[in-house]
Amino acid sequence: MRLLTNASVRGEQNVSDPALGLLMLSLIVVVIMMGFPTAFTLMGLGMFFGFIAFYDPSQSWTQNKIFDLMVERTYGAMNNDVLISIPLFVLMGYVMERGALVDKMFYSIQLAFRRVPASLAVATLIVCTFWGIASGLVGAVVVLMGVIAFNPMLKAGYDVRLAAGVITAGGTLGILIPPSVMIIVYAAVAGQSVVKLYASAMFPGFFLAFLYLVYVIGWAVLNPKIAPPLPESEQKVPVSDWVRKFQQAYSKNMLGSLFVALFLPRKALAIERDGVRLTYLTIWKNFLNAMFPFVLAAVTLWGIWWYVVIHQQADVQPAASIVRQAAAPDASALQAPTAEPDKPLELGNDATTAATPDTPAQEAGSAEQVGDPELLKQAGIAPAESGPAPEFFIWFWGIVAATALLLVWYYWRMEAESFELLKLLISSVMPLGILTMIVLAVILFGITTATESAAIGAAGAFLLALQARTFDWERLKQSVFLTAKTTAMVCWLFVGSALFSGVFALLGGQQLVEQWVLSLNMSPLQFMILSQAIIFVLGWPLEWTEIIVIFVPIFLPLLKHFNIDPILWGTLVFVNLQAAFLSPPVAMSAFYLKGVAPKHVTLNQIFAGMMPYMLIVILCMIIMYVWPGMTLWLPNYLYPSGG
Amino acid sequence: MKVQKFLLAADHLSTWTGKAAAWLILALMATVCIEVFKRYILNAPTAWIFDATNMMYGTIFMLCGAYTLAQDAHVRGDFLYGSMKPRTQAGFDLVLYIIFFLPGIGALVYAGVDYAELSWRINEHSNVTSDGPPVYPFKTIIPIAGALVLLQGIAEIVRCVVCLKTGEWPPRLKDVEEIDVIEQQLAGSTLVDEESRKLAIDGAHQIDEAAHQRIGSRGAERE
Repeated sequence: MRLLTNASVRGEQNVSDPALGLLMLSLIVVVIMMGFPTAFTLMGLGMFFGFIAFYDPSQSWTQNKIFDLMVERTYGAMNNDVLISIPLFVLMGYVMERGALVDKMFYSIQLAFRRVPASLAVATLIVCTFWGIASGLVGAVVVLMGVIAFNPMLKAGYDVRLAAGVITAGGTLGILIPPSVMIIVYAAVAGQSVVKLYASAMFPGFFLAFLYLVYVIGWAVLNPKIAPPLPESEQKVPVSDWVRKFQQAYSKNMLGSLFVALFLPRKALAIERDGVRLTYLTIWKNFLNAMFPFVLAAVTLWGIWWYVVIHQQADVQPAASIVRQAAAPDASALQAPTAEPDKPLELGNDATTAATPDTPAQEAGSAEQVGDPELLKQAGIAPAESGPAPEFFIWFWGIVAATALLLVWYYWRMEAESFELLKLLISSVMPLGILTMIVLAVILFGITTATESAAIGAAGAFLLALQARTFDWERLKQSVFLTAKTTAMVCWLFVGSALFSGVFALLGGQQLVEQWVLSLNMSPLQFMILSQAIIFVLGWPLEWTEIIVIFVPIFLPLLKHFNIDPILWGTLVFVNLQAAFLSPPVAMSAFYLKGVAPKHVTLNQIFAGMMPYMLIVILCMIIMYVWPGMTLWLPNYLYPSGG
Repeated sequence: MKVQKFLLAADHLSTWTGKAAAWLILALMATVCIEVFKRYILNAPTAWIFDATNMMYGTIFMLCGAYTLAQDAHVRGDFLYGSMKPRTQAGFDLVLYIIFFLPGIGALVYAGVDYAELSWRINEHSNVTSDGPPVYPFKTIIPIAGALVLLQGIAEIVRCVVCLKTGEWPPRLKDVEEIDVIEQQLAGSTLVDEESRKLAIDGAHQIDEAAHQRIGSRGAERE
């Protein structure tokens, strides 16, 4: 960055430079609103102002340093090891989107929740959450759910506002819940580690989905008229003939009969299904299906046990060094790398280094910046002790006992209907669920880097789609080409913004903004509210790509003045954009839903349905601010780094 | 119709290179997966993989830039733009292509040639690992991609001129779009009734367009 040091010296000498910087910033807003492709707008403006900033009359204009800066910034984006996971995660999303059948998923989840109030709305939210894991496309989700869920809800007599609200709010969840591309782009811009950001977005994302659920169910309980239950005939789970015969041959309980049939298959093999006799293999398959809930519970619990008890023991050594670091928080806070917008490209290495939990504190001091001493203590001490806290064992065995009881109760009552339902759920939800769980677990437990788990996830998505026989050559081509276009869109934007922010910092515009904000003498809370409010407003006309790549870098250097953790702030931005994308009258998802809705549904009804969710998002942000542990506990627990 | 021929020829060139480079995504996926297997299971990591994957990624997105431009898939602030008349859109675009796009991409090509040429001359190798792979082919991608984007940009400028004359945007090559997933998901669905399925599949593109322009009535007009 020889260029920048040169130029910043120049910037201080020349008074008019910061003014140029501000002109640049205001021009970008104007030109973006004119609708020109943003990547090229950024490039053009960067070139223009950079040329002026570097202008040296003693040189020919072809020797202007802006050309070097331009190509170096481009090469930096090409070499960025955070952005490299974008094509892979995007590919995974597109393949999943084509491989998993969302209508089957909706149908089986709706049946599973048929006894819950507003079951269709609940199923919609759950499908959206799941779908959001796979794909980050708001439009496609809303249109699909509009066809699959909106009409059935209206037919069942649901309130239009309720039905419209869950679809639009659920549809936007996709950009928040990891693995989301938005988080990778923020990580690249802010120089934070992708894995840490994933970990921090985990709880808020699911918490927001949970708040939505609470709201829907709560409303339906208080006022059952808005969501009448489906007629009895549509609540029945279809039970195939052979299962009935099977029950007659053995007993009513499916698990028991399948288990017995494994050893005494004579009666079972006499049963015909679609004119063909059952084979021994079929019985085994069905038995395994029936055992699935047990296996799932066992694997999850064992995974937690392994991570907390066995894995952590191996890490006692590095943990001890962390305690020493924690003793000198001031020193580590000083060393904390600060994310400067003029070098977003150089700070990308964290993703690879922070992926292993025992890396020396690369990002020391992130927890000090929260400004909450209580949290600091919790976050620092929990992983640093030489074993899990005694409460962990009480909680863990309590949960094991509760799960065991639940499973016994479930299997005790497992008759034909719930067995068929289980099979439906397994065939529709399980592939997607397991793949996402594996991808997230592999990233979060720091087993591989984000790039590696993205590649594994994409390969896994291919396997699942092939196994589900929903994939062919045509769809493969579509996924690859769509991935190429999305990647090029995001990364070219990054090239443009790298040049733009370089020139902006070089002109001293960044300094001017900083001085101005600092002169306002705001408290951290005021700054937090101001920055989030600006991003909220920007979210109305702009896409998340533009906000994260252009405007977020302007705030990032200010965070350290106010002792705000960039991870917490970033997660708040992600949640904030949810609210922005749900605010009438600009929210795009409302227009997507309007496109597939019956004619009598008005846009105003859809907006009215969205409003409460916007308020819920804001409530969620307040909770996140008041209780930063929800966001920061998981990243600090998984990647203790001097916090 | 010579103009239209030129436009489609430029589109074809950009699309072809973009699609060809797009297949590198699968290669990238496979390379990383094999490396994961070798590193974590065989415990035998390969040194040059880091460079190789980075180069694949860089090549993909740079070479797909022109393809993305040919499909008008670069993100725009379409909040106001979407509701303008085609002529107004073309007017804005024409001016901005000339004052922002041409200098920006022109500089990229100009500086990219120097940059790549220097790299060839000093026989540059990656210094991430000792004995790293050569970097000069990768740096050569910059001027090549820049030239492709520049050519496509000229085609876009011609498009603007044509649109200013005729009041209509000249057609683009047909290509897969995100909203196509609606058809994929619904075509074989047995759980959604025939009518709404057909409506959604046929109208998907219109719905997408209308939503970007924030038009709420398009769905009703369709009937």
